[in-house]
Amino acid sequence: MKKNNVILQTTAKVTFFIISLFSIHIFFAGHFAPGGGFVGGLLTTGAIVLLLLAFDLETVQATLPFNFTVVIGIGLLLSLGTAAGSILFNVPFFTHAFAHFDLPLFGDTELHTAMIFDSGVYLVVVGAAITIIQSIGGDE
Amino acid sequence: MEFVWLIFLPALAALFIPTLFRRVAGIHTGWFVLIIPVVLFVYYSTYLPLTASGEHAVSSFDWIPSLGISFVSYLDGLSLLFTLLITGIGALVVLYSIFYLDRHKEKLGNFYVYLLLFMTAMLGVVQSDNVISLYLFWELTSISSFLLIGYWYTRDGSRFGALKSMMITVGGGLMMLGGFVILGILGDTYSIRELISGLSDYSGDPLFTLAAVLLLFGAFTKSAQFPFYIWLPDAMEAPTPVSAYLHSATMVKAGLYLVARFTPIFAESSVWIWLVSGIGLLTLMWGSFFAVKQTDLKGILAFSTVSQLGLIMSLLGAGAIAYHSDAALFRLAMFAAIFHLVNHAVFKGSLFMIAGIVDHETGTRDIRKLGGLMSVMPISFTVAFIGGLSMAGIPPFGGFLSKELFLESMVALKHFELFNFDTWGILFPVIAWVASVFTFVYSFYFVFKTFTGEKKFDKLPLKPHEAPIGMLISPIILAVSVIALFFIPNVVGKWLVAPAVMAAQPQLYSMPSEAAVHVQAWHGFGSVPMWLTVGVIAIGTILFTSIKKWQPVYGLQPEMLSLNALYDGVMTFSEKGMNKLSRFYMNGLIRTYLLYMFAFFSVMTIVVLFAKGAFELDMSSLSPITLFAVLNSIVAILGTGMVIMSKNRISAIIALGAVGYSVALFFVLFKAPDLALTQLVIETISVALFLLAFRHLPALKTHGETKKNKLVNGIIAGGVGLSVTLVALSAHSNKLVASISQFYKDTVHTEAGGGNIVNVILVDYRGFDTLFEIAVLSIAGIAVLGMIRLRLARKETDDEKK
Repeated sequence: MKKNNVILQTTAKVTFFIISLFSIHIFFAGHFAPGGGFVGGLLTTGAIVLLLLAFDLETVQATLPFNFTVVIGIGLLLSLGTAAGSILFNVPFFTHAFAHFDLPLFGDTELHTAMIFDSGVYLVVVGAAITIIQSIGGDE
Repeated sequence: MEFVWLIFLPALAALFIPTLFRRVAGIHTGWFVLIIPVVLFVYYSTYLPLTASGEHAVSSFDWIPSLGISFVSYLDGLSLLFTLLITGIGALVVLYSIFYLDRHKEKLGNFYVYLLLFMTAMLGVVQSDNVISLYLFWELTSISSFLLIGYWYTRDGSRFGALKSMMITVGGGLMMLGGFVILGILGDTYSIRELISGLSDYSGDPLFTLAAVLLLFGAFTKSAQFPFYIWLPDAMEAPTPVSAYLHSATMVKAGLYLVARFTPIFAESSVWIWLVSGIGLLTLMWGSFFAVKQTDLKGILAFSTVSQLGLIMSLLGAGAIAYHSDAALFRLAMFAAIFHLVNHAVFKGSLFMIAGIVDHETGTRDIRKLGGLMSVMPISFTVAFIGGLSMAGIPPFGGFLSKELFLESMVALKHFELFNFDTWGILFPVIAWVASVFTFVYSFYFVFKTFTGEKKFDKLPLKPHEAPIGMLISPIILAVSVIALFFIPNVVGKWLVAPAVMAAQPQLYSMPSEAAVHVQAWHGFGSVPMWLTVGVIAIGTILFTSIKKWQPVYGLQPEMLSLNALYDGVMTFSEKGMNKLSRFYMNGLIRTYLLYMFAFFSVMTIVVLFAKGAFELDMSSLSPITLFAVLNSIVAILGTGMVIMSKNRISAIIALGAVGYSVALFFVLFKAPDLALTQLVIETISVALFLLAFRHLPALKTHGETKKNKLVNGIIAGGVGLSVTLVALSAHSNKLVASISQFYKDTVHTEAGGGNIVNVILVDYRGFDTLFEIAVLSIAGIAVLGMIRLRLARKETDDEKK
């Protein structure tokens, strides 16, 4: 990689946020329009990969100081917990619930436990993909 | 109380042992463990009056009711007898082990966990009425005995013996499972009681004999019958309390239990009678003959156990004849079998404990180094003398009575004419008598070579002295029982043996008292067994005194031709030979593996497609081909061609990206925005990843492809393409059921409260799928991390070495 690719680096900084925002939009839209945790997670991964291309591994790791293996674990727990949580209400494993709420700012919103499950998927995708990329990219 | 739960009591108690062992270090863990068998023994004893009156008790709970599998604890005479042996001798063994195993040096936490697990397994085997749960416990005995035999796992011999015993007994167990399943299908039930009562419906089935033979494999491997006995001598690597427990009283007797339990079913079959009595007798002869060859005290006992198990087995076979003949003698055989089983458990238990004491106090079990211990270990000698003479079948000890009954039954077999016993039948009493002579010889060999004769104390690793009193309690109790069995055989017969006989021959008796045989020590001068015994003692004494002269006979058997050599050969072959075989096709090249996979996939798909007549082409519902689709296909084809042709890695990567994007475009064209989105992102990331890793990739080079393997690759690639195309076309043309998409359209709002079917399927309808998928993804991520980290770590250590 070139050490000082100013154009790429400047663009990447801006694009990173645009892609991230888009990925969050896609994630939340998922239940009604194309998107969801899987694609959303991949898009975020793509944004991070863009940063990796523009800068180097160390810089990105310093900028995003997450341990991505922990992110995998949180994601799995979240998904499994959502699925198992239904047992507490004496309904079969993996029963989802949903309802409409009148939230301030958002108005009439449908909230869904599937969303929590999906955010687990999102986290696992991001965590696993970045873990793989970091370990392969970091192998000198 | 539902006593079925008591089966699991030892296993539950085992959960607390590791904590107890660590927290309460001042007290030997064995003292806590001792409570369990004692309590169980006392509790189960209360069922004695019930079974003695011919009744039984049942307690159960469901396991898999839809398959008819449940835990049923069925207590009748037979299972109660075994239960009392397991808990009673179990208690004595635990007591003995408290003094045998040092609480500072040994891993008692492990030992007692295994022992309690084993106890549960044995109780389960003898009490289960359901054959599937019986099988479960059966294999649990194999596993827990594997752990017990391999308790001193740092020794090679222990690991070898443990593995050998498990290989053989688990193998037999699997065959037995086959027999159970056949029986279950034939009788349409897994309950032994129902199988017995429905016997007439299926006993004529040709599979019936097969089931009998398969079942016998299980029984014979477990009870160390010829030729499967080879694991038992190696199992002597176990600590002596284990040997005393597993190899005298419990595990090896499971096979006998099984044969007795299934006698009411299989006695119909002549194959069963022939095999059980014949193999039993052969084992008796073989074991007793080779016992004299052994030099290890426990080795002698191991072979003696093999031989005695054969004796009981042959009696069980003779007892099964009672279904075909009215002669009272065959009823007697079953009584003799059960009676000898009790005798054997008692005297062999005491002898094993004595062998352990000798080992513990002198440091060796080698009979060539031992001798003259009588003067320093008088109590041990007395116990060994009582046990040994009972084993030899000499009055006034319990073994004499059952030995008489045994000889009487074998003489009777000669006269039995069913199944052609009249021609070969003469062999039975002859073999039985010869084997009894050798039994006499090895019993004396064991007792007198160790305790009398020349004193060679200076050769012993330790200075011999009498064992601590605690260690002697258990063998003394057993020795007293041996004498008691001689003087009160009819009490034992009434309470323990007769109910068990009735359970093994239920249709012959209505009350246990009818099965009871009045056992007498003295039959008068006219009795044949009495004279046979006299002969045994006379010839046996001559052989024993001249043992030095004829013992070299054993050297004649070449080591190469033994069964052990066969076992070793099979094991070596399965490890080394199979390794060679796999190396032949697993050559370490991923290209080769892909070749296998793709070739197999395409051949199987095409063959099945046409063999099943599944291929069909229906052009009627195809949509028109648009210009975009054509153009896009051309891009995809050109891209693929470039991937293959390019000599340069970067152009190959870019071409591959182009193919991926054109596929994504196809998704857009055919209105699958979700897939298109995912595909686009994946393509972007994977191209970026390639670029990231690009620096590290080696230069693109040909891997020595010849024209010939290029041709093979081409054919296989073409085959894969063809088969996928054919499957796709026929999948489109064969619409056996209506498309499921309408169901999703109808329910996605009402059931899942969503609008995007794809996403709702992912998170809701097929949430399990997604859950496991992300689990796989996590594993993949962590695996890559681990692999690369490991490689880095290895490199570092390599560098340090340099």
